[in-house]
Amino acid sequence: MERSLTHIALFAALIAVLGLVPPLYLAGAVPVTAQTLGVMLCGTVLGARRGALAVLLFLLLVALGLPLLSGGRGGLGVFVGPSVGYLVGFPLAAFVAGWIMERTTLPPFWAATAGGVIGGIGVMYVCGITGMAIVLDKTLAEAALLGLAFLPGDMIKAVLAGLVTQGIARARPGALLARA
Amino acid sequence: MLTLTSPVETPLHRLRAGLKLAALALFTFALFWSVSPLWLGLALVLVIALYLMGGTTFARHGARMMRPLWPFIAVIALWHLWQDDLYGGAVVLLRMVAAVAAANLVTMTTRLSDMITVLERLARPLSPLLPPRRLALALALVIRFIPVLSERAAQLSLAYRARSGRAPGWRLFAPVALAALDDAECVAQALRARGGAG
Repeated sequence: MERSLTHIALFAALIAVLGLVPPLYLAGAVPVTAQTLGVMLCGTVLGARRGALAVLLFLLLVALGLPLLSGGRGGLGVFVGPSVGYLVGFPLAAFVAGWIMERTTLPPFWAATAGGVIGGIGVMYVCGITGMAIVLDKTLAEAALLGLAFLPGDMIKAVLAGLVTQGIARARPGALLARA
Repeated sequence: MLTLTSPVETPLHRLRAGLKLAALALFTFALFWSVSPLWLGLALVLVIALYLMGGTTFARHGARMMRPLWPFIAVIALWHLWQDDLYGGAVVLLRMVAAVAAANLVTMTTRLSDMITVLERLARPLSPLLPPRRLALALALVIRFIPVLSERAAQLSLAYRARSGRAPGWRLFAPVALAALDDAECVAQALRARGGAG
């Protein structure tokens, strides 16, 4: 029980720390932050249930007023802004990525990359684009146009999630709770 | 650690946190049902007046918190100008800016400890599923370990630079995640040795 609790808390902290990494700019304008990589890793390393709980704990601290989202954002305002769909998608993305990691027997790199693509991109984009469509009062297609600018960066992050998960599987095979 | 609570004391700081959150919920709900630019405009004026009540430093701080919204405002404004739908554009923009500004206002005028007290009260019905002590411990652990992990990341980055002369970039992610896993095991052991997490 203590192990579950500390893993959930430490990975919530990891999402916050990855949000502090300065963003990489693709094509000079689209910021790519490491924060969603943290969300994917919660799922691929801790598994579906613990991964989703770690992300929820992180979001709870954001709502309480800590500036933990990338770019120093936080507080209650982000939950009514146009990015709210992505925040709702965070725990679902971690859950799906973890579920894929748990239920497939693929090698860690491929399972985690697939989890990153299906959870961290598929599920996240469905939630994020729906959220933008609601808040900005646009059709889903128009909102999707806004969201797709981030696709190349997120593909890179899904592959990185695969590489990092593989690295952990090699260095500490027992620590990969999603496969324990 | 730094929170988003404003150090400038305003009259709103003295209101009860639960009251502010309830008022915010009602206000936001009303905003998303209203389709009249006049009412939405009045709502925004009310929020701005509340910011100004805290003085100019406070209001400027509040304006800074709205900065992440600018790209969206620009895209929506251009879109509605191009579609020649100024009425629809005004409704969307006024509603979004008023909702975010009001929510930020509550965050800026409520201390973290007061927020946590409200959270504990709201979480009480969940206590068979999630003991309050465990939730409090989890929150405290995250707050404590963000600076610890970020210090570890800085050390790992420095060590990598010393060995290779280059910035580590993405190569840093795996060792930082491993550090989080190792710390989790150590803290779990320490908690068990002290009688468990309750």
